[in-house]
Amino acid sequence: MMQLCTFRIGADLYGIDVLSVQEVVREQEVTRVPLAPAGIHGLMNLRGSIVSTIDMRQRMRLQPFAKGEPHSNVIVQAGNGIAGLMVDQIGEVLSPDEDRFETPPASLRREVRELITGVAKLDGDLLLVLDPKRVVLENVADR
Amino acid sequence: MKQDLQTQLVRELVIESLEGLDSFDSFLLAVEKGGYSDELLNNAFRVIHTIKGSSGCLGLASIEHLAHAGENLMAQVRDGKTSVSGELTSVLFRYSDALRAMLRELEEFGEVRSHSDQGLIESLQAAQVNADALEDSAFGFFEPVEVLPVPRVPQDEPPIRTEAVTPQAKESSPASKAASESVIRVDIGQIDKVMNLVGELVLARNQIVQFSNQYSDPALGNAVQRVNLITTELQENVMKTRMQPIESVWSKFPRIVRDLCHELGKDALLQMEGQEVELDRTIIEAIKDPLTHIVRNAVDHGIESAEKRALSGKPAQGTIRLRAYHEGGQVNIEISDDGKGIDPDRLLRKAVQRGLISPEQSQRMSEREIKNLIFLPGFSTADAVTNVSGRGVGMDVVKTNIEKIGGSVEIQSQRGLGTVFRLKIPLTLAIIPALLVTSGGDRYAIPQASLLELVRIEGDQVAQAVEFIHSTPVFRLRGKLLPLVDLNQELELGGEREPGAPIFLVVLQAEGKHFGLMVDAVNDTEEIVVKPLGRELSGLPVYAGATIMGDGHVALILDVLGIARRAGILTDNEHSDSRVTKESTTADETAETASLLLVEVERMRFAIPLSNIARLEEIPAKHVENTPEGRAVRYRGQIMPLIGVASALGLDTNLRDNRPDPFQVVVCREGDRNFGLVIDTIEDIVHTELHARTESGQPGIEANYILQDRVTSLMDVEQLIRQTRTTARKAA
Repeated sequence: MMQLCTFRIGADLYGIDVLSVQEVVREQEVTRVPLAPAGIHGLMNLRGSIVSTIDMRQRMRLQPFAKGEPHSNVIVQAGNGIAGLMVDQIGEVLSPDEDRFETPPASLRREVRELITGVAKLDGDLLLVLDPKRVVLENVADR
Repeated sequence: MKQDLQTQLVRELVIESLEGLDSFDSFLLAVEKGGYSDELLNNAFRVIHTIKGSSGCLGLASIEHLAHAGENLMAQVRDGKTSVSGELTSVLFRYSDALRAMLRELEEFGEVRSHSDQGLIESLQAAQVNADALEDSAFGFFEPVEVLPVPRVPQDEPPIRTEAVTPQAKESSPASKAASESVIRVDIGQIDKVMNLVGELVLARNQIVQFSNQYSDPALGNAVQRVNLITTELQENVMKTRMQPIESVWSKFPRIVRDLCHELGKDALLQMEGQEVELDRTIIEAIKDPLTHIVRNAVDHGIESAEKRALSGKPAQGTIRLRAYHEGGQVNIEISDDGKGIDPDRLLRKAVQRGLISPEQSQRMSEREIKNLIFLPGFSTADAVTNVSGRGVGMDVVKTNIEKIGGSVEIQSQRGLGTVFRLKIPLTLAIIPALLVTSGGDRYAIPQASLLELVRIEGDQVAQAVEFIHSTPVFRLRGKLLPLVDLNQELELGGEREPGAPIFLVVLQAEGKHFGLMVDAVNDTEEIVVKPLGRELSGLPVYAGATIMGDGHVALILDVLGIARRAGILTDNEHSDSRVTKESTTADETAETASLLLVEVERMRFAIPLSNIARLEEIPAKHVENTPEGRAVRYRGQIMPLIGVASALGLDTNLRDNRPDPFQVVVCREGDRNFGLVIDTIEDIVHTELHARTESGQPGIEANYILQDRVTSLMDVEQLIRQTRTTARKAA
């Protein structure tokens, strides 16, 4: 059974395979990258490694994080890439039962649907499971 | 465990055998040149013998079989029983390649897949003097190490070691034996790890130094100082371990040149100078392919056939020369040939034919621009794109790859005489000295290699300092026009500059062109560790990477070439000319607009169109020489005629003998030559409408206008130059 690290982006609940998550860090100083593709929020220093941070709200076509707005960074590793995902609240680690998983509904927004591998119906909530590779490696400049 | 040992042994076998085959080839090349040393010969035999022995011990039957097939022949050659002929070397080259192919398969697939070339084996056997006589007499020369056909379990001690105690070893010269004992093999990954750690240490050291500056504790200061020194030395020494002599790239070239020459029916000699020059391993990797392509090109397109060379009075054998040397903190690599050179007309024709440039553009291009056409993607002037060098690789890929590592490529060529490719590449990529600047609220690092100087313009000079040509800001730095790029603008950082605030210019160079980068403030220089940007960002041409500063913040490293390109600094002259025509046609019908340089000559006001001007120069009188055609000066490798505007226009030159020193010269370009117009003083640069035109009958003057309340004569530069040359010819 897959263990998922969960968090909220806006009002929606997302999860990502725990094995892809290196760590979760608090807000960090981020250096902006002028002319970068939309969605790349900037670069941060993670113990000597330079990691790109992706504004997940912006990626999901929601209102981007404002300067100083509280958030967390989920450091995700996939393939040879590593990136920090800026998200709202961090949730718990969940392991939903197999029978809870469904195919993603057609009503999902495109930008969401292209990043998720499945959907789990929880009590009172819908958990969208992100594909770590696609999130990290895909060119986020899908304006 | 045993499997790991086997894999490692096989890997070592492949590495050593491939190296051995390189020296085997060196022997064959020496034979073809007409002379070889005993050492080369014995070494060549030993190589085959070792391959046979070690492959046998590791159960690699097909390699062992092939090695064995040639070993007898090599033994005969070594003993002088067979003389080496041209035919023999050809067979042996094929042999070497066959072994190499098998080793490569082993490396890639873990096993040898192809079968031995029976024809090759027969050729080897046929070349042997007397097969029967051989078996008896040659036996005593072979090693007591027996090779069993049955695959063996690898022994704990690698079988290769047993070679060292055989009689063969005594033949190697004392020097090489000592060298092999003082050298060890280290896994490249291990060195890279150490290099990374040293990089982190450099960053941490920078932080410690910064923090400790806040305290005045002498004990702390001493300790920090020691850490500082030790880290610097450690960094230097670790970088040295990653340095490899450029010979490791060049060693393959003699063979490549030889094979190509045979294929194309040409004859070329490869000379090398500076093989010992060292470069960081990562750079060696990056330049391997580009260098190979250029060398192949030299043989393919440069060196002519023997008949053609004879017609031009050249020796039948062409020469290709590789030269490496240090200069200005970079490594220069020159590849020159004495072939047919680049034909600019042919280049132009092909470029127009392929629609890469328009016919009008082709008229206005300078020599340098024409040669750079070679670097356009998809450009190949070979009438038949040969399989040899035009494999879709192309000069544009060469240029891109060299620039990717922060280097540059230049071509010099003369039709009929030859071509020189000059590559300039940095010594290392990992840790570089950089200038830190602040702009738009963020800090950026600029590699010092591109830095020429820093200029600070204070308050009262600010208003006049920056002039505008076609709305491009320029600054006159010691009389020369320096285009300016506003970093805040290029990176779209926003933020208005306070009028009157001091301006900071970082004077940079890209592809030989200078420009000034305007920033908000200049901080200090630091050694920074270059970290590559992730995939998402590495496509941005304005950044060369990122680094972590002493205070832990991330700073982007600017790619000077990328910024110059983006700002349009590197567009060719014809583009700026077309902008002139566009602007003047859309301007008011009744008045012309022009960008002009205003000058004084004999107290009269003249205007010279900026589009005619290449540069403004100050030339000391002692550099001016007299020639039958008038005065001239050596300028950029050419002889540039000097045209005294005053005398050319027939003005009263009572000041001639008191001409100011240095000469104020406006350099103009006509065709592919430079001409220097000598004037008295430079007054101003204006971008203005021209009013009140009155025609002038004076040759060399196009018309008279009123500019800045003075009668100003607009020079017709082309006419002036033509007229002067005609007079000179008449006088001569």
